[in-house]
Amino acid sequence: MPKNLRVKSSNFIDETTRVSFKFNGKNYHGFKGDTLASALLANGIHLVGRSFKYHRPRGIMTAGSEEPNAIVQVGNDKAITEPNVRATEVEIYNGLEATSQNCWPSVNFDIGGINNLLSPFLPAGFYYKTFMWPASFWEKYEYLIRHSAGLGKSPTKPDTDIYDHKYVHCDVLVIGGGISGIMAAKTAAQNNLKTLLLDEKTEIGGTTIYQNSDNFKIENKVSSEWLTNEISSLKKLDNLEIKTRTSVAAYHGYNFLLARENLTDHLSASEKKNKVRQRLLKIRAMKVIVATGSLERPLIFNNNDRPGIMLSSAVKKYVDYYGVICGEKNVFFTNNDSAYESAISLSKKGIKVNAIVDIREKSESLIIKEAENLDIKIYWSHTVVDTHGYKKLKQISIMKLSEDAQSVIGSRINVDCDCLGVAGGWTPAVHLFTQSGGKLKFRDVDQVFVPNKYPSKQISIGSCDGDFELDKIIKNSSSSLKDFLEIDKTDYENLSVVNSKEANKKNIWLLPSDKVIGKTKPFVDYQNDATAKDIKLALREGFRSIEHVKRYTTTGMGTDQGKLGNMHALGIIADTTGVKMGELGTTTFRPPYTPLTFGTIVGRNVGEYFDIFRRTPMNDWHIENKAKFENVGQWKRAWYYPQNNESMHEAVQRESLAARASAGILDASTLGKIDIQGSDTSEFLNRVYTNAWSKLEIGKCRYGLMLNEDGMVYDDGVTTRISENHYIMTTTTGGAANVMGKLEDYLQTEWPELDVYLTSVTDHFATASVCGSNSKKILNKLIPDLNLSDENFPHMSFKEAQIGKIKCRVMRISFTGELSYEINVQANYGKSLWEQCMEAGKEFNITPYGTETMHLLRAEKGFIIVGQDTDGTMTPIDLQMDWIVSKKKYDFIGKRSLYRSDTMREDRKHLVGLATDDPKEVLEEGAQIVSELNQSPVQMLGHVTSSYFSPNLNKSIALAVVRGGKSMLGKKLFIPMESRTINVTVTDSVFLDKENERLNA
Amino acid sequence: MFIINCPFCGERDQSEFKAGGEAHIERPKQPTELNDEEWAEYLFMRKNIKGIQFERWNHAHGCRKWFNMLRDTSNDEIKLIYKMGEKSPIE
Repeated sequence: MPKNLRVKSSNFIDETTRVSFKFNGKNYHGFKGDTLASALLANGIHLVGRSFKYHRPRGIMTAGSEEPNAIVQVGNDKAITEPNVRATEVEIYNGLEATSQNCWPSVNFDIGGINNLLSPFLPAGFYYKTFMWPASFWEKYEYLIRHSAGLGKSPTKPDTDIYDHKYVHCDVLVIGGGISGIMAAKTAAQNNLKTLLLDEKTEIGGTTIYQNSDNFKIENKVSSEWLTNEISSLKKLDNLEIKTRTSVAAYHGYNFLLARENLTDHLSASEKKNKVRQRLLKIRAMKVIVATGSLERPLIFNNNDRPGIMLSSAVKKYVDYYGVICGEKNVFFTNNDSAYESAISLSKKGIKVNAIVDIREKSESLIIKEAENLDIKIYWSHTVVDTHGYKKLKQISIMKLSEDAQSVIGSRINVDCDCLGVAGGWTPAVHLFTQSGGKLKFRDVDQVFVPNKYPSKQISIGSCDGDFELDKIIKNSSSSLKDFLEIDKTDYENLSVVNSKEANKKNIWLLPSDKVIGKTKPFVDYQNDATAKDIKLALREGFRSIEHVKRYTTTGMGTDQGKLGNMHALGIIADTTGVKMGELGTTTFRPPYTPLTFGTIVGRNVGEYFDIFRRTPMNDWHIENKAKFENVGQWKRAWYYPQNNESMHEAVQRESLAARASAGILDASTLGKIDIQGSDTSEFLNRVYTNAWSKLEIGKCRYGLMLNEDGMVYDDGVTTRISENHYIMTTTTGGAANVMGKLEDYLQTEWPELDVYLTSVTDHFATASVCGSNSKKILNKLIPDLNLSDENFPHMSFKEAQIGKIKCRVMRISFTGELSYEINVQANYGKSLWEQCMEAGKEFNITPYGTETMHLLRAEKGFIIVGQDTDGTMTPIDLQMDWIVSKKKYDFIGKRSLYRSDTMREDRKHLVGLATDDPKEVLEEGAQIVSELNQSPVQMLGHVTSSYFSPNLNKSIALAVVRGGKSMLGKKLFIPMESRTINVTVTDSVFLDKENERLNA
Repeated sequence: MFIINCPFCGERDQSEFKAGGEAHIERPKQPTELNDEEWAEYLFMRKNIKGIQFERWNHAHGCRKWFNMLRDTSNDEIKLIYKMGEKSPIE
């Protein structure tokens, strides 16, 4: 039966509401308002986890988001379990289940603990150094290492929770709801500024809200009472919004910030059902006031990591806020006045404080006098040299510091102790300030980095600005607010403040011990098990840059990002190398300040909302006719139309045969369409395409190839001259937006003198492409008025016509090599057009075909697909499309690059056809091609870009890019596959109807 | 994320814009007159300085106009924005 570790003095815990929860499979209870950490401590549990490398027992160290040790797995549902959650931030609810991490089989008996005994052999960089040889073994090592390490378990099923994103705009954003943040929010809101106050905790008030001591008074009230009144006055301010449980994750330039609002993590399963779990706030603030407070520093001494060793401020918060006693034999270890606050808090509640160990020679502040009056034994000029107790602290050993504080003298004094509160001074929480681009300066007097240069409209106030004493916080915050908000006065000028602490502090980054450093374990980064010894080793091995030491020793690289120990790491480096702290700089504080869930980051953009998608006007028809779809850019395109349980191959073979034998129809609506008008359009086309456009007659179409300025093929398509100054350009489906952008770029920047106007009309038209030997008959039924004779409407020409009352543009162009018509109508008639084509084509067995058949048919003709047969390294010459490159034109985009020494090399990769020895063998796209089989190292000549079984030719066909392929016609090459080699012969890339007779069938 | 003052639309969020690399690199009027080295200078060589840089930006999800920007790459401060075709105000 655990002892009663509660004191009845908390205003923040509802002792009438019991909450039951499970930790490591056992049932416990706490009260409403408890965190998992406070509830565990109240149940006498300190040991909550094991450290990452040595698997040492670790306990709760802090009472906030900086917690390095007490990280737990919350929940056991495979979809919503969450690893690496700080027990100090988890608010308990009925049914909460949490487990320790990083230990197996259990936290009390952890096999990995053997690493602790092996630790002399596990120095910094151990893994880098040991598992280097032989290099090929790394995969095996990695498996074992990852198996025994690991921080918690990821969910294995899709997250079932709901997450949200929200844009927020405000005049003033205040980050942090401690005393200075509250002052700031109230002042801003009083001055008609739309203000948002965020705090990561359950409620605002910071540490002052439980500061119930007469040692800290404002206007003759204890500071907690004064602040409570201030908080209630906030409620009257209409233009102030307060969000708690909201952690600012990132502070970017131009006052753009990301914050995570936690909405339901503190609720039980039934209460949180169907509610948004977390919301990512995207905040743009005119002005930002950073009031993020400060983090208490630990002290670095031998074995400073045992369960029961905590921050002094945490001990105070547990007793004053949660009403929980962390130990029965309490000792504090300090270098400043803060620990005395905590000791007095405990003492006044009747809890025994055995001693205060203070490394200073003496201090005279009022608070110390009070501690002396309470009969607390103070060891001046003493330091802790060792601690004892494996799973829970039992005893500490202290020794007197030498005069220069570099060593210890005398003999060990052992003090019984099950809770050691350490107080190493305060580190301003400047993380967000530096993320925003702010520059720090080092303040020598108390060894802290404080904000120096602000990159945007922001200020830091309170202890994150380096003011640690109540009187200073109020005075300086008030005057900073006046300047920053450009106002005449605040409510906080000339307040009477009582502060019994003094700022004097003695800073020693690494405390001396009676043992040599090699025999000690002074932890600097608790989560990553980096000790002062490791940092010194890194320095001995030649690392100098703080960023390098960090990576080598992994200091500050855990989920806590070294919030506690980073300053000590810097200090130890400075002491060892003799470089001044201010010159050493800090490591970069990167977002997020505390870990974010992936769910919060993606918000609602999951599943079908991951990206937008586009559908053609004929889409419903495709669905009704059982089409399979493929994604082409954002488009959902009909891929093939299986009938009667056909496989994809069977469907494509059938569609391909039908399209040539009689008639096929393709939904080509997704092709990019750009309407181009203006008197200089033909000149413009001359400049952007490789071929000549000046002589294109009205009513005619022409195929064009577009290059990048580097000479590489960028896009292709057919452009039609509709009237004197009016053209319509088509682009590839995937390239439409980029082509539009590129053309606009040239028009606006290089050729503003051209009279040319571009409009993207891709979505304005729906397009059905009817092809095959019977396509003319179908068109004739569909549009009887249109003279389809070759004389009136030859290949590569255009007519305007009407299908019933629907106006349409018809182009006789072909991507299949068949006689073929592309009919364009206003998009909302698309489905009607399609259905009329199907009806008219019924007697000719018109067969709808998808993108796969389209690819096969064009490959039979050797037509390229930009992006499949080209990859940004192919010139038109490489593609053997010299015919489309005008020799006469003075210039076009990319022309000069075709004459660079590199693009004129003979051994570039060229597009060729491949024929397999076995005509039934279909090559794999992407397969590599070689000319010698027993070469070492083997030389890759190129790869297969397109490959199909052609039903029309009854053999396989393939396109490939092959080094020097132009001069290889007829040459035998090899395609080595996993288990065999395929023999191929280089051929022409046109496989079917080389004479183009089918176009006029 | 920047706030960019589009010369045609006013202040907008950076997500509406597309960066287009270094500004004031004019396409040679007579590319065929250039030797390989001169053409490569135009084609490939770009400054990437820490400090004040001339850049092209496009209001891609807005008016789609290109314009020039003078930006300090060390702190992302936008010093100046001016229309395409206007001479660089600072040499």
